[in-house]
Amino acid sequence: MKFLDQIWLIPLFPLFGAAAMLLFGRKLDPQPPSEVAAVPGLEHTHDEHDHHHGHTHEHAHEHATGHEHAHGHGALRTLVSLLCPGMVLLSFIFSAGAVIELSRSAERMHQVIQFTWLAGLPFHMADGRLATFTADWGFLLDPLSAVMILVVTGIGFLIHVYSVGYMAHDNGYYRFFGYLNLFVFFMLMLVLANNYALMFVGWEGVGLCSYLLIGFYFQKKSAGDAGKKAFVVNRVGDAGFILGMLLMFSVLGTVKFVDVNQILRSGQFHAETVGFGVLSTMALLLFIGATGKSAQVPLYVWLPDAMEGPTPVSALIHAATMVTAGVYMVARSSALFQLTPQTSTVVAAVGAFTAIFAATIALVQNDIKRVLAYSTVSQLGYMFLALGVGAYWVAIFHLFTHAFFKALLFLGSGSVIHALGGEQDMRHMGGLKDKIPITHWTMFIASLAIAGIPGFAGFFSKDEILWQSYSSPQGSNLLYGVGLATAGLTAFYMWRLMNMTFYGKSRVKPEVEAHIHESPAAMTLPLSILAAGSILAGWIGTPKLWGMSGWFRGLEQWLEPSFASAAVEAAQEGAHDASIEWILMSVSVAVALIGISIARYFYHHRPEIPDKFESRFSPLYGLLLNKWYVDELYDFIFVNGFAKGGGTVLGAFDRNVIDGGVNGAGWLTRLSSTVSMWWDTWIVDGAVRLASLIVKISSYPVRVVQTGRVQAYALFVVVGALAFFGYYLAR
Amino acid sequence: MGPITTTHYLALSAALLLIGTIGVLTRRNIVIILMSIELILNAVNINLIAFSHYWQNVDGQIFAIFVITDAVAEAAVGLGILIALFRNKETVLADEVDLLKW
Repeated sequence: MKFLDQIWLIPLFPLFGAAAMLLFGRKLDPQPPSEVAAVPGLEHTHDEHDHHHGHTHEHAHEHATGHEHAHGHGALRTLVSLLCPGMVLLSFIFSAGAVIELSRSAERMHQVIQFTWLAGLPFHMADGRLATFTADWGFLLDPLSAVMILVVTGIGFLIHVYSVGYMAHDNGYYRFFGYLNLFVFFMLMLVLANNYALMFVGWEGVGLCSYLLIGFYFQKKSAGDAGKKAFVVNRVGDAGFILGMLLMFSVLGTVKFVDVNQILRSGQFHAETVGFGVLSTMALLLFIGATGKSAQVPLYVWLPDAMEGPTPVSALIHAATMVTAGVYMVARSSALFQLTPQTSTVVAAVGAFTAIFAATIALVQNDIKRVLAYSTVSQLGYMFLALGVGAYWVAIFHLFTHAFFKALLFLGSGSVIHALGGEQDMRHMGGLKDKIPITHWTMFIASLAIAGIPGFAGFFSKDEILWQSYSSPQGSNLLYGVGLATAGLTAFYMWRLMNMTFYGKSRVKPEVEAHIHESPAAMTLPLSILAAGSILAGWIGTPKLWGMSGWFRGLEQWLEPSFASAAVEAAQEGAHDASIEWILMSVSVAVALIGISIARYFYHHRPEIPDKFESRFSPLYGLLLNKWYVDELYDFIFVNGFAKGGGTVLGAFDRNVIDGGVNGAGWLTRLSSTVSMWWDTWIVDGAVRLASLIVKISSYPVRVVQTGRVQAYALFVVVGALAFFGYYLAR
Repeated sequence: MGPITTTHYLALSAALLLIGTIGVLTRRNIVIILMSIELILNAVNINLIAFSHYWQNVDGQIFAIFVITDAVAEAAVGLGILIALFRNKETVLADEVDLLKW
């Protein structure tokens, strides 16, 4: 029971790394910000296609002298490169140890409470009872958080290692790793917290870190804007989270996961006592929080813009941390969502809509990272679809497999961008297959995984989601149909990406062509490990239909204690005919293959077809290319409408009422001070001066005698003496 | 001419006193003022010795010795002050030193 009691240490390692970097990093690896400005980041914005020659130069290994300054502090850089990934590795080791011990323990749940963090705020609950708001600084390890910490620290560690290679030519090295470690710290706080309040700390923390990392190249306006956008949009969701949490406290009297679940499952709680629909409201508010973090419609808009950050950040945010927070939170609240079928339906509908909506946008994007960003949004939609139909373990399963192949895809795209010296536009790629073979093969595996080809990780989790959305009591043919269509779109856009990037004729600009190189081992090694994960990760959740047991069905059994209510689904599932499941499985595989074939035909054999489509259906194409104009709509309604319009109204109010009040108060003060000054000058000062004048006048006779001349005094003495003599003589 | 009597001494003494007093009151140079003070003191001395001789009592002469001693000390202090004054104000004129006025 050694590691289990030390789980509170797991988040502390990256915190230490972050503190070391952010407090002392500048001394270790000093680079003034202006120098950072002189070297633009690796990333181009999607509209910045014109070529930067010096930029390419910067990233070409052949030109080692070009980035001499970046290697100026070699030894200290090595220290940073060892410390930060090392801290995450330590966390991973502790996590793995704790999870192994957890799997051996009988009750499959372990809490470590460090101290009471918030205490002593008594108030009346909704039903009139008096309660005290308390929240512990406590950590909970159960099967659900076990999966999460392994994903966060494991994938996080690989991304750290990759970053060592990827960021080697970049300035702000220590700052980058400091933020990265901080991110991992907050994410671990989020998944290890044993109550909603502490979870909220991590929740806000990852929001902060996403802001810092997305805006990492803050000299570039678009990056700064993207960071702000992520922060503000997340804040909308966070408002939902905190309201849901407070409502939960006022109704249930606790925010501790264990107690909440226990109260909800035991039936001690009676909704009638506090009002109709209160649980649905609570679940809905929490879900709004989840849509913000996990980029669901309508709050998904920040995620594509988050591509402004360095590519490892995209991988970290979209694969291992951040976006999984919403899925985790809903899964953590499974008992609540289980009691509120209406909200679950909303969750499923939002998830399904997001999945297909984002997939359609991904079809036409030309920026390699944007395709992946919308793909992430789409895959998150799948996860929420699974959560919505009550298949919580499947959502976590997809989260787990997705972490591998999506991290791999992002890191692979980063490797491509690295090879091309910052090029992100797929129209300027092509034919890279043999030039960067490791990147190609690992991305090939990841694409197979995400497309859902049997045997690869994505197939198992996606197929399970599709099956559950069809067979679960909360599922329906519509949800299944949407999911299936999305699967086809996913296969299509992923193979469009692969074909445009790696196959066919090279469209790379000639001056970039000469510098293409495979990435260093620090980058290809994580790619290879993730590729292995993208194949193997799915095998812990094979379909029940395949009749395997033990490890091959391990995840569902492992997660079962966390989702006690999920057992209902398991029973329901058995009622369906096995032949239907076989048929559906074949259909989804067929759809994936069709998607792949069409993409290959379009973008490899007949590259002119997409252009014809583009001109034939140009309104639709424009609609998709411009992302359904959602950003413009939000700009119109919220940014220009509410913010600026409201600003005008508030401005007038400010000028007339607030400023008027302030000015009036100022005028009153001035008036009273004038009166006061007059009184002071004439009455108070007058009295003082009068007194001094009287003294001055009356003192005149005695004053004039004091001439200061010695002889005058002597004369007085003589005159006085003579006067006495005269007096005596005359007597 | 008859013998020199006590009255003559007293007259000399009164003359010296008058001359000294006028000197103190009228001269501006502090050195002269100090000399005039010596005159006054010596007028007192003559007075003391004249009466001592008249009364055949030695007390007056002893007292005169004290006055001489006092005059020496006073001259020393006065001249010291004068030198200090000259160093600071570059003047030995009494009416130019009038700092103690109101």
